[in-house]
Amino acid sequence: MKKIEVIQNILEANETIARRNQQLLYEHKVFAINIMSSPGAGKTSLIQQTLTRLKNRLNIAVIEGDVASTVDAEKVQSDAKAVIQINTRNMPESCSLMAAMIESALMDIPLDDIDLLLIENVGNLICPSEFTLGEHKRAVISSLPEGDDKPIKYPLIFIDADAVIINKMDLLPYVDFDIAAFRHSVAGLNPEAEIFELSCKTDEGIERWCSWILAQVKNNATRQ
Amino acid sequence: MHEFGITENIVNIAVAKADEAQASKIIQINLVVGEMSGFVPDCIQFYFDSLSKDTIAQGAMLRFELVPTQLRCRNCSTIFQPEDTLWSCPECRSQSIELSKGREFYMESMEVE
Repeated sequence: MKKIEVIQNILEANETIARRNQQLLYEHKVFAINIMSSPGAGKTSLIQQTLTRLKNRLNIAVIEGDVASTVDAEKVQSDAKAVIQINTRNMPESCSLMAAMIESALMDIPLDDIDLLLIENVGNLICPSEFTLGEHKRAVISSLPEGDDKPIKYPLIFIDADAVIINKMDLLPYVDFDIAAFRHSVAGLNPEAEIFELSCKTDEGIERWCSWILAQVKNNATRQ
Repeated sequence: MHEFGITENIVNIAVAKADEAQASKIIQINLVVGEMSGFVPDCIQFYFDSLSKDTIAQGAMLRFELVPTQLRCRNCSTIFQPEDTLWSCPECRSQSIELSKGREFYMESMEVE
């Protein structure tokens, strides 16, 4: 019996494909945001609001990841330039999108006609934090009914986030959600994360989120 | 929840590395898994037993070295281990904390013949 040294990242296979995706997006000048949250926090609603506000300024494609159904794809169909639904039910992993799923979805998107790609990950605060997809920025949504302790319970996803969105702000009078405590936890884990307070129902705060996206897309374009 | 695909990666890496070393059988695979990484060792072993069938990795034992979460205070640089889910520095009480260890997930070595 002999011992052989290996030292190899187990996630390397996913990361290699993610780098390839990012290169492809770079070549076509597409800026991609990976949107993550628990189920029901408002990923689809945020995408719908973003499409409504930005569809006349940017050509937007959407990749919808769900365990099953095309419910979300149908909701965003009318305002997006292209919508691809990925159902993870029949994939080896159903709890998160993976770089290989994005790689095949990108083949069905007319990338030359697209400025912004919004990727809606599977509703889950654990698994998506392990799998990079090739995105430029990662956004995590927490909504008021979930409680303000999510960054404490699921730190990884917040550590890697570029944007943290507090959604359903219209419910603030009815729920015990301490905005200051939430902001404090996020800032502790990730001082660089941009925090947005908004409501997809009332429109409050959506404009600031959309301005952030526009600035990111512009930055990305000038960097190329 | 996502251990199936991960275990496929483990089998692929192990078989490729054993081939490179011209080994005919893999006896043990040593993996390093961070406490924060969200991968469940028992679950990996379960999938491994079925995914490694009919390969030179069949019957191999997986040994997991668990790396405890280690944190670093951004304020005073104290290195510490979390005592509860709320991360705060035991020296200065700051809650501005970075993760210095605990996300590892790699194959360290193998025993082959």
